[in-house]
Amino acid sequence: MTDILVFGELRGGKAKKITKELITAADRIAGELGGEINGLFVGEGAASAAEEFKGYGFKRIFYAEDDALKNYSTEGYAKVVSDVIKSTGARYVLAGATAMGRDLFPRVAARVDGVMFSDCVDLRVEDGRAIAKRPVYSGKVFIEITSKDERPTIVAIRPNNIPPAEPKGDGAEIVKQDSDVTIDTIRAIAKEIVPLAGGRPDLTEADIIVSGGRAMKDASNFKILEELADLLGGAVGASRAAVDSGYAPHALQVGQTGKIVNPKLYIACGISGAIQHLAGMRTSKVIVAINKDPNAPIFEKAHYGIVGDLFEVVPLLTEELKKIL
Amino acid sequence: MKIITLLKRVPDTEARILINQEGTGIREDGLKYVINPYDEYAIEEGLKVREKVGGDSKVTVVTMGPEEATELIRTALAMGADDAVHIVDPLLENAGPFTSAAVLAKVIEEEGFDIIFCGKQAIDDDMAQVQTILAEMLDIPQVNVATEFELSDDGKKAVLSRRIEGGDEKYETALPAIISCEKGLNEPRYASLPGIMKAKKKEIRKKTLADLGFETKPQGGRAEIVRWLPLPKSGECKIVEAEELQDAVKELVRLLREESKVL
Amino acid sequence: MNYPLSEEERIIQKTARDFATKDLAPVAEAANKEGTFPDEVYTKLGELGFMGITVPEEYGGVGLNNFSLVLVLEEISRVCASTAVTMSVHNSLTNWAIKTYGSEDLKKRYLPRLATAEILGAYALTEPSAGSDVSSVRMSAVKKGNEYILNGTKIFISTGNKAGAVIVFARTNPDDRKHGLSAFVVEPDFPGFSVGKIEKKMGLKASTTVELVFEDCRVPEENLLGEEGAGMKIALAGLDGGRIGIAAQSVGIAQAAMDEAVKFSRERIQFNKRIIDFQSTRWKIADMATAIEAARLLIYRVAKLRDEGQPCSKEASMAKLFASRTANRTAYDALQIHGGVGYTEEFLIERLYRDARVTEIYEGTSEIQRLVISKRVIEEYEKSMPE
Repeated sequence: MTDILVFGELRGGKAKKITKELITAADRIAGELGGEINGLFVGEGAASAAEEFKGYGFKRIFYAEDDALKNYSTEGYAKVVSDVIKSTGARYVLAGATAMGRDLFPRVAARVDGVMFSDCVDLRVEDGRAIAKRPVYSGKVFIEITSKDERPTIVAIRPNNIPPAEPKGDGAEIVKQDSDVTIDTIRAIAKEIVPLAGGRPDLTEADIIVSGGRAMKDASNFKILEELADLLGGAVGASRAAVDSGYAPHALQVGQTGKIVNPKLYIACGISGAIQHLAGMRTSKVIVAINKDPNAPIFEKAHYGIVGDLFEVVPLLTEELKKIL
Repeated sequence: MKIITLLKRVPDTEARILINQEGTGIREDGLKYVINPYDEYAIEEGLKVREKVGGDSKVTVVTMGPEEATELIRTALAMGADDAVHIVDPLLENAGPFTSAAVLAKVIEEEGFDIIFCGKQAIDDDMAQVQTILAEMLDIPQVNVATEFELSDDGKKAVLSRRIEGGDEKYETALPAIISCEKGLNEPRYASLPGIMKAKKKEIRKKTLADLGFETKPQGGRAEIVRWLPLPKSGECKIVEAEELQDAVKELVRLLREESKVL
Repeated sequence: MNYPLSEEERIIQKTARDFATKDLAPVAEAANKEGTFPDEVYTKLGELGFMGITVPEEYGGVGLNNFSLVLVLEEISRVCASTAVTMSVHNSLTNWAIKTYGSEDLKKRYLPRLATAEILGAYALTEPSAGSDVSSVRMSAVKKGNEYILNGTKIFISTGNKAGAVIVFARTNPDDRKHGLSAFVVEPDFPGFSVGKIEKKMGLKASTTVELVFEDCRVPEENLLGEEGAGMKIALAGLDGGRIGIAAQSVGIAQAAMDEAVKFSRERIQFNKRIIDFQSTRWKIADMATAIEAARLLIYRVAKLRDEGQPCSKEASMAKLFASRTANRTAYDALQIHGGVGYTEEFLIERLYRDARVTEIYEGTSEIQRLVISKRVIEEYEKSMPE
């Protein structure tokens, strides 16, 4: 049996985007190895989410929703999830490698005597085995990993790695999962969620940085970079040339005499790529260069480049990203 | 109050990680090892709690790892921890999360505990599972990825913040509990020279699996690493071109999502 | 780097390195550019025990040895040579002199405050007419009741305007060149003490170098260091420690310069090639690395000798001569590898180049070191000659 359980994470009563990505992954496994796919939603909005996902190829969708499960708690949720894994006999459990998934599923794995693969970026079938790919050593290398025993295998998959599923198939059977969790048995619980203050992340901690150079021409033009950065939840940086020209404060300077940064994505706009600047951002995982001059040295360090005027490219990029984020 | 902090020896954050010739793991020659950076926050928080509670509170470092981990344990003692347990056993090489948690649970039960601090994950296998499995084994709650920690005056519970997508989850937990620590929770102190001198006299209790009463290695669900893969080479810059600039931008977004997967 | 350090020594080195890169580097950048003295750094160094490394625990220090001191000085110097010189004077000269020659009263009054960096130490020997030649010190100290009255001027005094305890050498007997010199612990608020000219230096801009002026400066007799006339002995004995400290500072500068050269030349592309792949660069790097390692070993050895209480003047001079030479050569070559940008303030190598220069001058010029070394070599030869 290779039955699969997809855990649909809810936030603010709505299913997270990752749910559809997990369905794609589940389809890949079921497509090769057979078995049925079931879904599970726990917490506020679970019943309506189950309804919403009826037409996504699930056999059954379980939901559990009551006062004790309204706020997230590892203990409460682990109980419900473990019960469903045991009752359905799921061989694979797919979850998001999110704050919740990373907190919840190691406990579930222990409770169902299974094994868990954290932070996976891919899941596929090879030689009749489901193989997950995950980064190790802070993403400096990857491993492909599979389970050695016939035990429940939990695969936590990072968001945005697998394309989302489209609706398909007949309506799923919706099953209310009774939960015997009571609030007084929960020892640790989330009281509330406080959204991050409007400020942008620190340059040195940001996952995404949008930086401007001398070609910004004026301090006020940094607005277009800010808009892009805010959309991506990133920070705004500047080259020394931009700082020296008074377009940006020194606190934003990336480079030898500014901040040394290491984001996942660095978007260099109108930055020529002086060695001073490269020294501060060369370890960025992915570097995108936008520059009018096709011979700018920044293109030697960049992974992707667009030769063009940043004042045209950046707004287009912001528009394009707005459509998908 | 009995405070346990977990410490793991991991390759330096700065280290270049390469896959070995056989493709069965990483090249360990010439690697520099450090205290797992997140464990430093755990040690610091443990010391702060000891300072707050006072009395005969004690911080005990627990490490599972090779003989060479002693130097890092000694560093934690120099930071101010009181004593340490070091589990050294060749059988524990490349132990998975379940095995690690089972061994640690045994030690921690023997030592006794009121609160356990550890890093949110170890930067080698990056699994981030041991603390939560350990919590399950000890039948206590856990709070992961803590960025704020405040012990109640009676020492029976704690309020915390934990980092989640786009916000902070305000948490409350009864104690004993396991708290896994995130950057920003505190500023870990250095091992000062007086601390280094004092650490020389502090006790590190070495234990093997047999000492802990295990006849064989505790084993849960097993994983098999099928292969090791290097990072894709950052080759030539891909210049995205199209007749219309808008299409070039579209293509760029697609590449960022599907090829490099950063969005 | 692979010299067999003990576990304890490795932990000391790591603390120094971490402090230097995380806490000192950001402050050092601005302080060296603007020529300001980073007072707050010393408070932190005091908390870490770095300002009382060799001071016994009973006087509030750490009770460690010279070997630990050189490990720390090298790491600090890699990031800020100015901080390293302030530390070296404080530890190797002021703390050392009071610890070694001070009365119980002096030790109790000064060492605990020095060891925690509540006050900083300075060491005032040099005068306009007495540089390398110690015996020509002119400053006078005349006993009057239960005080000594000091008159004269000291120049090039590191930390002189920031120190709470200055070791001052003055002549208690103008006629006896050898036994007429005495040493005192002077506080800046003793009447008649004032700070004169503050030098504008080529490098080490985050340390201060000043003139100290003594006009009928009244020093209580209990602040005499050792007995009257012990000044020459103290001054000569202090040379070794001072030189070892500056040697450690030099090797730190050299290591930093090489690190910068390697980092830069891996990035810089000319003629479609990283410049590190040019043989001319490779050879420079090989020579730098070899010289640095050799300098380090000389320093480690002399520090061990001094910790064992063995005579080590020749070895201290050798370490100082070679390490300071290495600092200058390495900084020169590393700047050359940088090319034009290396000559701008934008790159650290510019500061290292300037900071390196003085290591061949202060604490005895390279010429003086050669005098000391050759004198010993000839003495040793003559001693071993058959009758």
